[in-house]
Amino acid sequence: MGHTDNQMKAALSADEQALLDTFLEENSLFYGPDPAIMRDHHIGPRTEVEDALLNSELDPHALNLVRGRLHAALDETYDMVEQMGTAPGAKWGDLVTAVYTATGDLSSISPKGVVVFSGVCHYPLKFIAKYWAHDPTVGLREGDGFIHNDSRYGNIHNTDQSMIMPVFHEGEVICWVSSTIHEGENGACEPGGMPAAAESKWDEGLKMPPFRIVENNQVRRDLLTFLQNSVRDPKLQYEDVKVKLHACLRLIERIRSVIAEYGKENLIACLRKNIEDVDVEVRRRIREMPDGTVRTHAFIDGTLRENVLIKYNLTVTVKGEHMILDVRGSSPEFTNRSINTTLASLKTCIATAYLLYIWPDLPHNMACFSAVEVLSDENSLLDSSFDAPNCMSLIPLFKSFTLPTIALAKFMYSCPTRYTAIYSSHFNQPYTFIYGGVTQHGEVTGNFCADINGNGGGARENRDGEHAVAPCFGYMCDTGEQELIEEELPVLRLVAQHLTKDRVGFGKYRGGLGYEQLITSRDAGFWGFMTGGTGSLHPSAYGLFGGYASPVYTLCKIREVNVFDTLKTDPRSFKFDLVELMNEQAIPGAKYGAYDMGMTFEPVQEGEVYMICQGAGAGYGDVLDRDPNLVIRDLEEDLISHETARALYHVVYDTDSLVLDVEATRAARAAERESRKRRGKPFDEFVAEWVRPEPPEDLPYYGSWDDPTRIYAGQGAGRVVMQRGAVQGVMMPNPKDVRIAELEAQLAAATAGRG
Amino acid sequence: MKIPMTEYLAIDLDREMWECRCCGHVIQSARENYKKGLLVYDRNPREIHKPLLDTTKYQRSFAPDPAWCALLEYYCPSCGTLVETEYTVPGHPPLHDMEFDIDALRAQWKDRPAPASVEIPDDDERIRKLRETHAH
Repeated sequence: MGHTDNQMKAALSADEQALLDTFLEENSLFYGPDPAIMRDHHIGPRTEVEDALLNSELDPHALNLVRGRLHAALDETYDMVEQMGTAPGAKWGDLVTAVYTATGDLSSISPKGVVVFSGVCHYPLKFIAKYWAHDPTVGLREGDGFIHNDSRYGNIHNTDQSMIMPVFHEGEVICWVSSTIHEGENGACEPGGMPAAAESKWDEGLKMPPFRIVENNQVRRDLLTFLQNSVRDPKLQYEDVKVKLHACLRLIERIRSVIAEYGKENLIACLRKNIEDVDVEVRRRIREMPDGTVRTHAFIDGTLRENVLIKYNLTVTVKGEHMILDVRGSSPEFTNRSINTTLASLKTCIATAYLLYIWPDLPHNMACFSAVEVLSDENSLLDSSFDAPNCMSLIPLFKSFTLPTIALAKFMYSCPTRYTAIYSSHFNQPYTFIYGGVTQHGEVTGNFCADINGNGGGARENRDGEHAVAPCFGYMCDTGEQELIEEELPVLRLVAQHLTKDRVGFGKYRGGLGYEQLITSRDAGFWGFMTGGTGSLHPSAYGLFGGYASPVYTLCKIREVNVFDTLKTDPRSFKFDLVELMNEQAIPGAKYGAYDMGMTFEPVQEGEVYMICQGAGAGYGDVLDRDPNLVIRDLEEDLISHETARALYHVVYDTDSLVLDVEATRAARAAERESRKRRGKPFDEFVAEWVRPEPPEDLPYYGSWDDPTRIYAGQGAGRVVMQRGAVQGVMMPNPKDVRIAELEAQLAAATAGRG
Repeated sequence: MKIPMTEYLAIDLDREMWECRCCGHVIQSARENYKKGLLVYDRNPREIHKPLLDTTKYQRSFAPDPAWCALLEYYCPSCGTLVETEYTVPGHPPLHDMEFDIDALRAQWKDRPAPASVEIPDDDERIRKLRETHAH
């Protein structure tokens, strides 16, 4: 007591100091996430072996053959996991297998795999190498397998689980392999692994830093039992640990055959060259872009618990071969809401956007992002602290697949080479039903429907977006087989893949449509649904170069009725269309409601109907530039209404025959252009009238306004302003407390003066 | 030399001006915000994303809330082309979204041939021709 650090240091001799340092080094209280690992997304330096090999005469044909063999092995193991995996995510392609260099940089992934899953795996892998490999109580041996899911050590969210294994050759680690699945259930406070209701990281369920669960290629049953005992679906946990293990073992077997045939030198050189070639090419492509700054932002309209406006700020600067992404000025983190993300997850998702929408021709590894620097505010929504919950990080992360696409389109349009068509925004919300309960087979489960994979594609500069094509995070994930789902779960889909008429981003080229999902429950012991999306007040996916955004979406319910009784007694009252069902309200006694897309877990009774739409992609270009024949085709395919064709696209045609009147259309569009010129105001005049110095006082607003160094949080008298460098997390009140306070105020007002 | 920067905007490097690619209208100095030379309209987002549910029955209807979402439309003052849309919050300062280094742009294009139509790898027509080439 009473000694300062300096006094203590002054009192220690050199030997004592050395002893103290050794003691502290050997007695870490807790090996938390290491910022030195977690904040560095760059590829590491070459090892001596790699350097010597890459400076030697390499046989490009041999390297190409090795690369082909690795890709074949990665493709084979992807198929293994997809065929054998138990998780719905595995069956529908939310998975990947991957191979890394000896120092842990991602070199190659399965061609159909989800880049983000392996893109974050190098973080836990580097943690294993740094902390466990040399720890006498852990170590690193041939046949070891490490399991991992905590995003604070490198993951998108902790519903994804990975198996990571070192590959030994002649007693040394020559490379690493991994296999990752979106598993779903993980013992969180809500079933299904993505709990919107989580208010602390302790509500998120399993929280696994990388630890060895496999020894001598065998799963340790005691540890597996601990994991099974911690989740609602022990069968899922059991089977998929083994599936991922055997995918890794097959990869190791294939790598050994590559070494036997081509030598370890060609393997090491190939793995490293995959990375360096991408890095070199990315720097060349950045140099092709014009120097300058592009600013963009997006607004998230809720936390999944309450409506608030949350800013995602993104400024991209290019100079020569350098690119800086600056997300400072975004919202502070929410200390008791689940939508925060770690910086490492954010970077991986942005890198994936580069590989999916900007340079899809590049080999899929994280070197595509090594030339890019990211600036962020610590304790913000996009760079959240160790303690902030982040199990629904998908809310900002899904925007990270589309916002960079919009920004980079403005850099790439002038480039002399196109690597793909300029792309508007893919739809970017995780709209699907998450479920939990007891199945018709008496099994407890919790997971999510693969409709999350049915996002509508964004419009391109040369064509319309594709309908319900893929999730924004991967291009080969599918929406699943409904019959298979109904065999396993007490969930019936009353309407399937019914495209969402008039709900799309319009433009010269329109986005791809989403589809309606009308589901109910039957033969369950206990059952419930949740949804985890925003975008009910403010659109989620913005258009490009005059294109419009996706619309907003609404969760609809028909409750206090058993629709199976209705279908028996009065089938005509049930319309197989969401809009008709909701507007006609034809089922007697039913309670109809329309809500925000974020819903925490809610028990349902048999036959109650829950309805959502998968979202549509955004549009590209001016609606008046849309080929009128394409508008007629949209009418023929029932994708738009006559009102949209006439009022928005200004196309003139015969209603019955749909025969286009070319001249009248030309005149109508010319008239609309004149109308625009009349109603538009000069910019400076408009700004003087319209712009406010601060966010509207009554709007719950989080993030910067015009100055990214001043960050607002809240509304009215409770609003605080933080300066850059001093951003703090925000704690939200319990929505039920807010509601109770509102009702008490109403009650007090109603009873005022009654004594 | 005129460099196409977006679907509807070019930069004329000789005059250092933003230009409309549809009608050639000279918009604004390329060293300033191109939006200053356009017309702006505060469009009610519900005119584009119309309510689909009966608003007398439901508060949520697949239409944005104008208190939470503003839609700014930028028009060319000469030909009326919708050059850009900006979804934002009511009263939020419009973004200066593109600010390029004009001197660097000129240097970059000094040795490049004049911009021609760019070949898009995934263009339908190109893919069709590639398939024909490889057909047996």
